[in-house]
Amino acid sequence: MKKLYIQRYTDNQRINHWLVVVLFGLAGFSGLALFHPNLFFLTQFFGGPQWTRIVHPYFGVAVFLMFLLMFVAFVGKNLWRREDTQWLNAAPKLVLHADEAAMPPAHKYNAGQKLVFWSMTVCLLVLLVTGVLFWQAWFASSVPIGLQRVAVVLHALAAFIMSLTAVVHIYAAIWVKGTLRAMTQGNVSAGWAKHHHVLWYRDKMEAARRDVQAERL
Amino acid sequence: MSSLQSLDIAKRSATTTATPDARRRIPEVAKLIDVSSCIGCKACQVACMQWNDLRDDVGTCHGTYDNPVDLTPQSWTVMKFSEVEVTPGRLEWLIRKDGCMHCEDPGCLKACPAPGAIVKYANGIVDFISENCIGCGYCVKGCPFDVPRISEKDNKAYKCSLCADRVAVAQEPACAKACPTGAIRFGSKEDMLTYGDGRVAELKTRGYDKASVYNPEGVGGTHVMYVLQHGDKPELYANLPANPSISPMVAIWKGLAKPVALATMIGAALVGFFHHMKQGPLEVPEHDEDFVANDQPNVVGVEDGSRTHVQDA
Repeated sequence: MKKLYIQRYTDNQRINHWLVVVLFGLAGFSGLALFHPNLFFLTQFFGGPQWTRIVHPYFGVAVFLMFLLMFVAFVGKNLWRREDTQWLNAAPKLVLHADEAAMPPAHKYNAGQKLVFWSMTVCLLVLLVTGVLFWQAWFASSVPIGLQRVAVVLHALAAFIMSLTAVVHIYAAIWVKGTLRAMTQGNVSAGWAKHHHVLWYRDKMEAARRDVQAERL
Repeated sequence: MSSLQSLDIAKRSATTTATPDARRRIPEVAKLIDVSSCIGCKACQVACMQWNDLRDDVGTCHGTYDNPVDLTPQSWTVMKFSEVEVTPGRLEWLIRKDGCMHCEDPGCLKACPAPGAIVKYANGIVDFISENCIGCGYCVKGCPFDVPRISEKDNKAYKCSLCADRVAVAQEPACAKACPTGAIRFGSKEDMLTYGDGRVAELKTRGYDKASVYNPEGVGGTHVMYVLQHGDKPELYANLPANPSISPMVAIWKGLAKPVALATMIGAALVGFFHHMKQGPLEVPEHDEDFVANDQPNVVGVEDGSRTHVQDA
């Protein structure tokens, strides 16, 4: 007997996600270098202080564009439903007591994952718009200074919220065993799917049975 | 400019620890620009160009005497001409020498992310150390007077250095040396305030009841001060701000936000670590139906045409 897995992401979706991961890391750490003096040493990883200032906005634009592809691919499965609010209300039991019995059944994404998706979406939009407003090399000199001052604060705020979101996102993947496989190999075990995303599991298994029956006919 | 060992550094950009503080403080200096004595000859602009080796591009006429029309990376000081009628029917030509005000609490230095790219010397001069400048333009956001200019050629920020190199060797700034009417004076801040008070008293006897020295409190005072005939209306002088201060946006961004955000981000990672330590990983039990026979493809839902006979749950 072999362990059964369910495909969760295509190769292209995983390549897309990995590109977002790498670019987010580059944009994030080059941004942190300019945010707090104690992290200024991070500029050394980008070719020095000047280069950090030069490359940071390009990393930012690239991560936005890459995320845009992910957004289009996944937005349909991330629309908020009434069950999501119930899931969220029950979430403290899951996080604090690992009590999954109390959780409403989830489709491909549970409410926590949807929140991550929408937090990333909103933060990246804010980061792009505000970042352009004070991008010195191209745009800043034609933007009113008052607007630039609002932009720098919102840029930092959005980056902060996005970093916290990333911490939650990464930790959730580490905490829930078997999740990282979806990112590295594209599939998850049937047990994982049944336990954490039972509605999605049923859909997938039903489709598999239908395929086999269609073949028999 | 470049860093000068001969002057003590009181404040340094993007530096969270104390600056060297053992040596005895030297007196604070200031430049006093007496607008009421200025004839608009622009000798100060020429002296600034000459001493600092600056040559701006030849511009175009904008219908005013302002030339160039604004500060640039190559023009660190510009005479701004304002025609006003404070008393109706009585035209006044107010000429203000614009440039860095050398704030006691410099917004540019507060906003700068590059350690040591902006320094405030113990004598009060605020200077840009170009070799450390990264060209981000944050100083522009921090400045309440809209003074720093970023060069499009070399991506460095430029502004008046108050001739820190001359002051270091006991010379007055080039503009002060060139001024033919004595409208630009340079000395200790104390002396300049005393001299300014004398000028204000003199102006009051001539009917300028609201004359005053411009040394705005909102930035902790400045090391470039003006004697204004209409001290109650600094905006008359080419929009000199009445109550300049560092924008609250910049104050939040470069104040509380930095330590709080950093601590929260590190805190979030620690919460995750200790959550895992206490809860352990969230694992799923294995059941028979989660396995398939060895002759079956074991990944469901791959779009390669493979078919898996899954057991009924």
